[in-house]
Amino acid sequence: MREIKASEITSTIKEMCTEANRNLSPDMKRALYNAADKEESPLGRQILGQLKENLSIAASDDIPICQDTGMAVIFAEVGQEVHVTEGWIEDAINEGVRQGYTEGYLRKSVVRDPIDRVNTGDNTPAVIHYFMVPGDKIKLTLAPKGFGSENMSRVFMLKPADGVEGIKNAVVTAVKDAGPNACPPMVVGVGIGGTFEKCALLAKKALTRSLEEPAADERITALEAEILEMINESGIGPAGLGGSTTAFAVNIETYATHIAGLPVGVNICCHVNRHAVRVL
Amino acid sequence: MEDNKKRVTVPLTDEDARSLKAGDYVYLNGTVYSARDAAHKRMQEALDAGKELPFDIRGNVIYYLGPSPAREGMVIGSAGPTTASRMDKYTPELLDLGLKGMIGKGKRSQAVHEAIIRNGCVYFAAVGGAGALLSKAITASEVIAYDDLGTEAIRKMEIKDFPVIVVIDSEGNDLYEQVMNRE
Repeated sequence: MREIKASEITSTIKEMCTEANRNLSPDMKRALYNAADKEESPLGRQILGQLKENLSIAASDDIPICQDTGMAVIFAEVGQEVHVTEGWIEDAINEGVRQGYTEGYLRKSVVRDPIDRVNTGDNTPAVIHYFMVPGDKIKLTLAPKGFGSENMSRVFMLKPADGVEGIKNAVVTAVKDAGPNACPPMVVGVGIGGTFEKCALLAKKALTRSLEEPAADERITALEAEILEMINESGIGPAGLGGSTTAFAVNIETYATHIAGLPVGVNICCHVNRHAVRVL
Repeated sequence: MEDNKKRVTVPLTDEDARSLKAGDYVYLNGTVYSARDAAHKRMQEALDAGKELPFDIRGNVIYYLGPSPAREGMVIGSAGPTTASRMDKYTPELLDLGLKGMIGKGKRSQAVHEAIIRNGCVYFAAVGGAGALLSKAITASEVIAYDDLGTEAIRKMEIKDFPVIVVIDSEGNDLYEQVMNRE
């Protein structure tokens, strides 16, 4: 067994919180810059120009790209030959989020209870998804998720007979309903298959895939391109004020499903699709 | 920056509010107040209890904002708009009481549209997710109520050339609807 100290997980998560909230990944930056060159609407180009300037200011002034620094979502892929010592992994992750958000001047957006809604004051707890994987490493992916776009996300329990057409309609419907609320240009994460909760989780995971990394299979790559074109034909445009750039990308993940079902999860993210990845 | 640029002073006069048209790109200058979900709930509770609001909303503009914390020496942290529709439940009554404008992002309800027309008000959008950029147009910020709400407290803020776009004007024209009907 390889040993990893809980404190190492904490310090890593802390760094990831500030990194993810101040700098977009290179693929996201390239998507924005390309869109700014290609956008057809003058107002759309002006807005994309503001978003480029916004990224520069966030990096140079060391302030968050967006004031909604999100609820911290963490995918922890834990090698089964790893032994976490001197603490529980969940406490270690939450301590990292606490330190990252408090010391990094990030917004505290989490309430302790959905009914009484008292702010916890340190952005904990995080939402953590664990996966047991082969090997002796821990891969941590941190994706701070803002709720302007999270609120516009959907799960559709389609019928097998709805087929690929049904999937396309579901995703485009979710995006059109989201419109300006989700801060377009969006990145659209889609999970197809599994069960009710599995498709939602796949959709969330899909948002962490690089926009430049192809899907696992060519049929899915083609479907992503087709749905992206349908979305960009909607005319919603940057900030919902019209234009040819409504989404930068559609990322689809799939999984086996039941003979009676075709679950489709659509997790919408704004143009600030943040994530940081580290391997311990 | 562009030809259609207009400068408007806030608080808004009746005349200024009515002169703005959906699609106008405007720079706001003056004083606005931040309030979002929790502050609106408290203001509603104050009204229901027959108490006064923490500031005189007449003629004023509310910015739907919960900023990130300010670093030492800075006025405010990242400060972009939040989704306005979550405030729709509370908004018609505030407009009827004299609130003149709102800055947010996203669609509004039919009831808000009607209250905007009834009272000659205006709904502006700032670009969502441009919080670092927008923070540069805020020159002063002070918490004036509900401090315990943290980022959701009510702030009185001075703004200079704060860039917004008129989405719903006093006649009820809605830029988002116009965009979607353009095809």
